[in-house]
Amino acid sequence: MNGITRYLLGRLAGLLGVLLVTSFVVFATVHLAPGNPVTFLLHGRPATPETVAALRAEHHLDDPVAVQYAGWLGDALRGDFGRSTQYHQDVATLLGTRLGGTFLLVGYSALLVAVGGVGLGVLAALRPGLVDRLVLIGTGIATATPSFVSAIALVSLFSVNLGWFPGPGGTPEGLADRLHHLTLPAVALATTFAGLLARVTRSAMLDELGREHVDVARARGVAGRTVVRRHVLRNGLGPVVTVGGTMLAGLLVTTSIVETAFDVPGLGSLLVQSVTAKDFAVVQAVTLLSVAVFVLVNLAVDLLAPLIDPRLSLLTHGEGTS
Amino acid sequence: MTLTAPPAAATALRRRPGLRRLRLLGGQGPLFTAALLLLAALVLVAALAPLLAPYDPEAMDLTASLVGTGGDHLLGTDQSGRDILSRLLYGARTGLLGPLLVVAVSTVLGTGLGVLAGWRGGWADAVLSRSMDLVFAVPGLLLAIMLVAVAGSGMTAPVVAMAVAYTPYVGRLVRGVARQEKARPYIESYRVQGWSGRTICLRHLLPNIAPTVLAQSAMNFGYALMDLAALSFLGFGVQPPTADWGAMINEGQSAIQQGAMLPALAPSFCIVLAVVAFGIVGEGIADRIAKRER
Repeated sequence: MNGITRYLLGRLAGLLGVLLVTSFVVFATVHLAPGNPVTFLLHGRPATPETVAALRAEHHLDDPVAVQYAGWLGDALRGDFGRSTQYHQDVATLLGTRLGGTFLLVGYSALLVAVGGVGLGVLAALRPGLVDRLVLIGTGIATATPSFVSAIALVSLFSVNLGWFPGPGGTPEGLADRLHHLTLPAVALATTFAGLLARVTRSAMLDELGREHVDVARARGVAGRTVVRRHVLRNGLGPVVTVGGTMLAGLLVTTSIVETAFDVPGLGSLLVQSVTAKDFAVVQAVTLLSVAVFVLVNLAVDLLAPLIDPRLSLLTHGEGTS
Repeated sequence: MTLTAPPAAATALRRRPGLRRLRLLGGQGPLFTAALLLLAALVLVAALAPLLAPYDPEAMDLTASLVGTGGDHLLGTDQSGRDILSRLLYGARTGLLGPLLVVAVSTVLGTGLGVLAGWRGGWADAVLSRSMDLVFAVPGLLLAIMLVAVAGSGMTAPVVAMAVAYTPYVGRLVRGVARQEKARPYIESYRVQGWSGRTICLRHLLPNIAPTVLAQSAMNFGYALMDLAALSFLGFGVQPPTADWGAMINEGQSAIQQGAMLPALAPSFCIVLAVVAFGIVGEGIADRIAKRER
């Protein structure tokens, strides 16, 4: 077996391990909860011995924990996450209706992070002095601004004062209107991450700019623009892609805060509502799904980074992070 | 992990030599001092809140709802007619206490596990590193939300979840530094003199890696402050009517629609200011270490 196959198998085994452990933790939350799981399932309804017995039988509560877990995991793998006590709906169906909102918001936001972060980073690296300083101050503040603070500031300025964008809530129709509604949430979500990415891009660019091959290219008479595009940006892209990828995973988690602040119907706001309503089937499903996507995105980034920058070999990278 | 992404990125940044040149917001010296002074003032305010606050932070007065700035209330009142300045001052207490607990627990735990993994190597390292990877795989915010679902809202669940989530950040860093230190000749010379591993670790290894840990902890403090405020904003952290910056922003949201910005913007400003200050101090210490090693 060669090194790369072994590395890939190792990563895949690690991935499965993480998912197994987290799925067990997610499953166990209901069982660890203070009080009896039946109390949660009853939701304050009067408990006659018959209903309790029926509930215990329905949810296999009298089986050993391992058997219960296996059954739950099997159902989850088939897409059956149980029923939401809050919405009286199958959890899978409920997730389906909410997936689109989160997907659109995170996608919009990721685009802003990529364009804004890389753009500002390149700008700062190429224009030392005032521009660089301004970008550094701006990104310094951006990285210290939590998404819900950006949300508040954006709403008070662009929605209440200027009236350019709609405030929280509302039911948009059509894609254009949806994007209009999602602009402030996407910016709020993007701010922190764009600030960080701009800083990473800036330093990666500065590292490359100081290298000899750049001087050589310039001395050969290659146009300045081409030097930046072909020699500096291309070579500096490695760390930018790695950090940017981990940020995509971060966006997927932070979205719950932004969705709540802006009343966006998505998975994140559903998670927050379900925790408040003690709707455990939904909480389990959303957390399990989030961890799975989070881990998969991180793995994808690790595997894709060497394709973009061949100097990052999978093997040395794997050893470096272990 | 949004909120946990930043520390990961921060650690990644520090490992890049190019970033050692990076100055957070301009010149190093005076800014670092200013940030330290600001943090000292914050601690003082939190300690002396009962003396400084002009009003009871939880006293409602519905006849004085959303009063403007100046007059009887320097920063005005919120929707329930509570004095915003007093709530900000008291909010510094919960705002600092939560992150303090998170950072204290994660630093002690992370340093212990990191030194153990880096010093021992072998199977201890393998087991500890795998476990830390596992915790890394679960975003802190998600962990906190899950814990709140089980244990209920309040300070406890978010603080416990964040302490667990931040431990691997410290642990990985310390493991790396401990391995580097262990390979240095001075450690070997103590060994030759017959010192026990424990004594070398406690007397020499720990003091030598302490500044690195301190830099990471200062930055973690800011991130933990953001994370805990986010959880309070979601209604999972400090519960009303207790004054807390995150909770104040949540309560101030509806006032914004009525044109009153201050109830939400004032605590927002405090959070950003505190986080910026912790960031500057953290990077400043990291910079000093980098300079000394060069």
